[in-house]
Amino acid sequence: MILDNLFYLFVFPGFLFVAVLGLLVGWVDRKVSARFQFRVGPPVLQNFNDFFKLLGKQTIIVKDSVKSLFIAAPLLAFGTLCLIATMVGMALFFEQGFHGDLLVLMYLMMVYSVMLVLGGISTGNVYSSIGAGREIKLLLGDELVFILVCLIPIVKSGYAVNLEAMIIAQSDGMFIGSVSGVIGLIAGLLCIQAKMALRPFDIAEAETEIVEGPLMEYSGPLLAFWKLNHHIMYVAYPLVLVVLFFGGFNLQGIGILWAVLKYLLIVVLMIIIKNTNPRLQIDNALKFFWRVLAPLAFIGLILAVLGV
Amino acid sequence: MGWYNKRLAKSLWVFHVSGSPCNNCDIEILDLLTPKYDLERLGIKLVGSIRHADVLLMTGVMNKKIAPRIKKLYEQAPKPIFVVAVGSCPASTITFKKSYNRVEKIEDVIPIDMYIPGCPPKPEAMIEGVAKLIGVLNG
Repeated sequence: MILDNLFYLFVFPGFLFVAVLGLLVGWVDRKVSARFQFRVGPPVLQNFNDFFKLLGKQTIIVKDSVKSLFIAAPLLAFGTLCLIATMVGMALFFEQGFHGDLLVLMYLMMVYSVMLVLGGISTGNVYSSIGAGREIKLLLGDELVFILVCLIPIVKSGYAVNLEAMIIAQSDGMFIGSVSGVIGLIAGLLCIQAKMALRPFDIAEAETEIVEGPLMEYSGPLLAFWKLNHHIMYVAYPLVLVVLFFGGFNLQGIGILWAVLKYLLIVVLMIIIKNTNPRLQIDNALKFFWRVLAPLAFIGLILAVLGV
Repeated sequence: MGWYNKRLAKSLWVFHVSGSPCNNCDIEILDLLTPKYDLERLGIKLVGSIRHADVLLMTGVMNKKIAPRIKKLYEQAPKPIFVVAVGSCPASTITFKKSYNRVEKIEDVIPIDMYIPGCPPKPEAMIEGVAKLIGVLNG
């Protein structure tokens, strides 16, 4: 039993699976972005090379930093993401879960942002602090919309706060087939975009503006873990959307192809949004979330209650 | 360390610092990232923070005001770090030879692993320099 749980956590839906798949999908992102700009792009194993190179570099612990927090933040964020990936993977591949696991998932997604904020402010660097402050504001923006988005499948599956029950409720028709499902997916996609710090919402980690914000002072293995976290998010967060709106995977025969297509559809949509939009200012991003997306998600919720 | 050096050679992250140049070399360095040359296919990425960097790319003759700052940057970088000096200025101080405010010898400030001369060097010359650095790392 314990061995099974360790296997789930560390090998199949958990750490090893998402890390390897995430590094590969990270390559897809870089390659597609490069093709968007008429460049050639990096080789397939580029992200593996980057990760192992960073593991072997020296780690500099900043003198004025809160050392325990500085070291703990990337590792705790990494653990949080492995937990998210394991929970989603258990629901998708083994159809196991517990009541209320969607709520736990929502909290864990918030914990990752909190870790980013703590890691940023622990360094005492000005740019890191600016980035951490922006991350808090962005979290205020996207969290409300994300909760509304999560409520839509909850309502449509007969008020079940359970990933497995949602997959069962979608066995005779995915939620994306209804109007409220489409609205939910659009809002959810942009929320995930903000949570993953991709282009229109990479305000907290703006590379050219505030030098990757919270990650600025990190070096060596700790930076490697931050980069790995980004890649793991490429797997875990789209899979959450797959559960919520595309009704999970059916891993038999032609179903495997459908599963890959469902996942790739969301990832490619995210990459296209990333490459066709410039970075918003933080106030415009908040306006976008509160004035545009939150009413849209709320309309979707009302439609879901009405059964459309 | 052969395995690790191969990983390092395939993902050199570059931090670019201007040591009082005339900006010609800086513009040519940015050319390397454009679609025509695209150094990302060799795994080379321009990073904004010295803490992430593997290569410290320096241009310009380095005058007395910038020298302590570049020394500080070198000390802040996580080791191993390679210093590449781009342009004829750091290599031979060409037209600034009799300038009153340049440092006497750049190697006294930071150790330099590679010079890429030229005023400014062509992007092809810089790619060749990078390829030589990768060749040294691969042994």
